[in-house]
Amino acid sequence: MTKNSVEIRNLDLSFGAVKVLQNLDLDIHDGEFLVLLGSSGCGKSTLLNCIAGLLEVTGGQIFIKGHNVTWKEPNERGIGMVFQSYALYPQMTVRGNLSFGLKNARMPKPEIEERVKRASEILQIEPLLDRKPGALSGGQRQRVAIGRALVRDVDVFLFDEPLSNLDAKLRADLRVELKRLHEQLDNTMIYVTHDQVEAMTLADRIAIMKDGKIMQLDSPAEIYNRPRNLYVAGFIGSPAMNFIEGNIAGNTFTSGDLSVPVGDYDYMSGGAHDGAAILGVRPEHVLTDDMLPSADMTAKVKADLVEPMGADTLVWTSLEGHPFRFRMDGQAHVKSGDEITIGFNLTRISLFDPKTEDRL
Amino acid sequence: MTDTATLTGPTGPRPKKALSPRNIMLYGTLIVVSLYYLLPLYVMIVTSLKGMPEIRLGNIFSPPVEVTFQPWVKAWAEACTGINCDGLSRGFWNSVRILIPSVLVSVSIASITGYVLSMWRFKGSEIFFAILLLGAFIPYQVLLYPVVIVLRELGLYGSLTGLVVVHTIFGMPINVLLFRNYFVTLPEELFKAARVDGAGFWRIFVFIILPMSLPIFVVSMIIQVTGIWNDFLFGVVYTRPENYPMTVQLNNIVNSVQGVQEYNVNMAATLLTGLVPLTVYFFSGKLFVRGIAAGAVKG
Repeated sequence: MTKNSVEIRNLDLSFGAVKVLQNLDLDIHDGEFLVLLGSSGCGKSTLLNCIAGLLEVTGGQIFIKGHNVTWKEPNERGIGMVFQSYALYPQMTVRGNLSFGLKNARMPKPEIEERVKRASEILQIEPLLDRKPGALSGGQRQRVAIGRALVRDVDVFLFDEPLSNLDAKLRADLRVELKRLHEQLDNTMIYVTHDQVEAMTLADRIAIMKDGKIMQLDSPAEIYNRPRNLYVAGFIGSPAMNFIEGNIAGNTFTSGDLSVPVGDYDYMSGGAHDGAAILGVRPEHVLTDDMLPSADMTAKVKADLVEPMGADTLVWTSLEGHPFRFRMDGQAHVKSGDEITIGFNLTRISLFDPKTEDRL
Repeated sequence: MTDTATLTGPTGPRPKKALSPRNIMLYGTLIVVSLYYLLPLYVMIVTSLKGMPEIRLGNIFSPPVEVTFQPWVKAWAEACTGINCDGLSRGFWNSVRILIPSVLVSVSIASITGYVLSMWRFKGSEIFFAILLLGAFIPYQVLLYPVVIVLRELGLYGSLTGLVVVHTIFGMPINVLLFRNYFVTLPEELFKAARVDGAGFWRIFVFIILPMSLPIFVVSMIIQVTGIWNDFLFGVVYTRPENYPMTVQLNNIVNSVQGVQEYNVNMAATLLTGLVPLTVYFFSGKLFVRGIAAGAVKG
């Protein structure tokens, strides 16, 4: 058997005539933090519910730790799950919430106490053990919800958008805590979110989903730097990547007056490409001012709108008729109407085939 | 704009007038409606405390000159129905013996059915629910005779058990609807979390669902207690005279055609019979409203 913690084979799921997941394959390594990322309705939560056993699959198989769990009940699968709304049992104390699953498994009392104690130490919720969920703050509730998965000593943790209900500051704190927890426990974690910052910071690998299919499964750096297709390129990064439609002929990309030498571009398929293409540049990869000497090519644009954001300044403009945004230093003195020289590096651009939308 | 303007201008909450047109309309209507309902009650209480000679004077609104509890005693313990002359007490205990099992059984079954229809949906559960609801629209009278036949075949006709079965079945549609609609509003993730925690059908119901559902149980109990206590039709059709519930006995006392009509005894008997539902409403009215509102939001 491979060192895969969770394996999904040819998974299908439909609600009546609506096919939510189609022929999906996914391998998740032991101890890996995998993030399922996608906009709402892409099937990421559905996939998680299938892994948990809360939804019956229409076709295909699910393996956890080498066991075929396709027909197993959720509690027999060796998983723990943390929900977006925390789903704490409101009439039980924190202790009751943590031990409910263990009591269902008819575990002896001393061991239940032992496990509750250990989990509450890890999560620092010991002082809260005798409180009801109603008397806890959002962050504390979330910690109890994680604790409920922790006490069961499972192989795989499933998180269904666990931080979405928290305010921005708490979310950032708990994000770091989750990462620390993962390093401490070394469990496999599968995490569903629509927040790309969470995905980028937490994941060992990210699976970007759209319409029930996985568009790309790679490390965050790979997804950011070498997006496999137009959808991934536009989805990851904020503000989104700029796209310019044009043509490649003889190692030069041209669009109107703009011409970019792409001879050194690292093609995915090896060989060079001729014909229609889309050039993608991230706003933060556009060079200005004193960075310009290192640029491989330059162009002049007129600023339409300037958004100063403190740490950096976002400039809205257009390049050869395509809307174009780029990021400047926060202290840059620009105002709308200014003419700015921009440039970019060929190592940091992406090229896509407009027909298949795949990376060239 | 000077400082004096801000000091002398309106500050704080706007003063409210007690005799605004809105209040006059509101309280006026409430008072009239209350009188409409309370006046008959007043007449009943007053009459039940008078002796027959005083009633024959015909002043139904005047308070009793000589307060007597004799009619109440007679209604409870001495009034004759048929050959029995032990008053309503026999009917009261019959009603209690019908009420307690009927309420317990019907509320239990309805809550479990509602739980299945909201959390453990199966193929065809929506159709099942629709058919069940249809039952709420069929007049009882239509089913009266078929049920007699069914009970006879089961050997339950005339027994208290038979009546309990009938009450349970006829209470199903409305109570299942009530429970299902309430359970649907409970967060689905709680149910999922309990399944991940390894709780099965009964453990989820007992440990997760039940503790969160007190209001709807109270509503269902009230509906069943009042409905079954006030029932006359099933009581008279499906039981024998020795098992007649209080309502049937009340009718036999009030509607007896022999002898003198003892209005004071009739009033006392009626009040005694109505006492149970009345008390239930008094003590659980608030929960009742809460539960009805909770169940009504989502369908």
